[in-house]
Amino acid sequence: MANEVVLLSTWPSMFGMRVRIALAEKGVKYEYKEENLQNKSPLLLQMNPIHKKIPVLIHNGKPICESAIIVQYIDEVWNHKAPIMPSDPYQRAQARFWVDYIDNKMYDTWRKMWLSTGEEHETWKKELISIFKQLEETLGDKPFYGGDTFGFVDIGLIPFYSWFYTFETYGNFKMEAVCPKLIAWAKRCMGRETVSKTLPDEKKVYDHVVGMKKALESK
Amino acid sequence: MTDIKLHGFWYSPFSMRVKWTLKLKNIPYEDIEEDRFNMSAQLLQYNPVHKKTPVLVHDGKPICESMIIVEYIDQIWPQNPLRPTNAYEKALAVPAIASLVRCSNDIEKENAIEKIKEHLRVVEDQCFTEEKKFFGGDTINIVDIAFGSVVKFLVVLEDAFEVKILEYEKFPHFHSWYNNFKDAPVIKENLPDQDKMVTFLKFFREKILASS
Repeated sequence: MANEVVLLSTWPSMFGMRVRIALAEKGVKYEYKEENLQNKSPLLLQMNPIHKKIPVLIHNGKPICESAIIVQYIDEVWNHKAPIMPSDPYQRAQARFWVDYIDNKMYDTWRKMWLSTGEEHETWKKELISIFKQLEETLGDKPFYGGDTFGFVDIGLIPFYSWFYTFETYGNFKMEAVCPKLIAWAKRCMGRETVSKTLPDEKKVYDHVVGMKKALESK
Repeated sequence: MTDIKLHGFWYSPFSMRVKWTLKLKNIPYEDIEEDRFNMSAQLLQYNPVHKKTPVLVHDGKPICESMIIVEYIDQIWPQNPLRPTNAYEKALAVPAIASLVRCSNDIEKENAIEKIKEHLRVVEDQCFTEEKKFFGGDTINIVDIAFGSVVKFLVVLEDAFEVKILEYEKFPHFHSWYNNFKDAPVIKENLPDQDKMVTFLKFFREKILASS
């Protein structure tokens, strides 16, 4: 039976980008379907009935949800090249911990900063910056989170780079000033074709977010 | 000589997962009971990011987050292997478990019980097969452990809050699976007493509400 792979996602989604990078790293051919979150396709509703969220990877008709899980699944199934997870159990546990950290903290904190004003906004801004500083500390002097090689945490975090301009503009701060080592790491990752061809233009992301805010405010 | 310490709470489903894993593999370890309202300095040093239990400390190296710990143990000590051979099954089960946990934490929120039942429904309909006693077939695996701890917690919630969640008529597969699970040799000996947990949960809830 042919390996049929379909990805349901949206172009600005950092979580969808993770999956696309992973598939590209492994050289997997797949069909991409762009979803409209204001008008979800019947396929999405059928494949992720509980959360109705993207990304969803459909492998031979079976859906897999949650980007971190999907990336690990891809690594297990297409294990012939470009290993994503570290082989050492302790490093593996650490990698999973940090992607879990990003998932629990990053997006929620950004969203809270984005949608708040005044003192509350400043609080969430400080929190977002401290999250980035923590991630910079975790990277240390390594070229990648995976050490010498690009791996799970790198894939987990790099999509957010396309959102940095948006974070900076809404938060009124500069990432380069706050965590220069992280910016250096991001540029290193962008040197990989799998990353540079996946990440959208940061200004395009910003315009999209501005549009989203207008739509929210008009409700 | 390997040095293993587990910092946890006797009542926590997350600590239970790690305990079961260690016991199923016959791995000797030191149990360190933490006090949620007064965590040890050591714990805060081992898990400075989240300041939570469980934390496994293996030869001085800390590992956090229960499912991450379980997978770590399974990799290092391969006897009585726990990882599912089916990558897809694991991919399906893990998010369902995480969602169940989130809903259980917010049990008093509106629709919490409905949401829990929705997640249970997905698993009930898609994850069980007639032939298998456990998710791992004849033996317990990582999915059984993950669900087992959450179902145990739901059963306690049912008693403590006097609600019906895991009704037999609606979730027959789950019932049959859980009956097998809680009677399995190592699990049976390491399941905290139901009444003790119900009493504790009520007390714990009061304390949390009082401090917020």
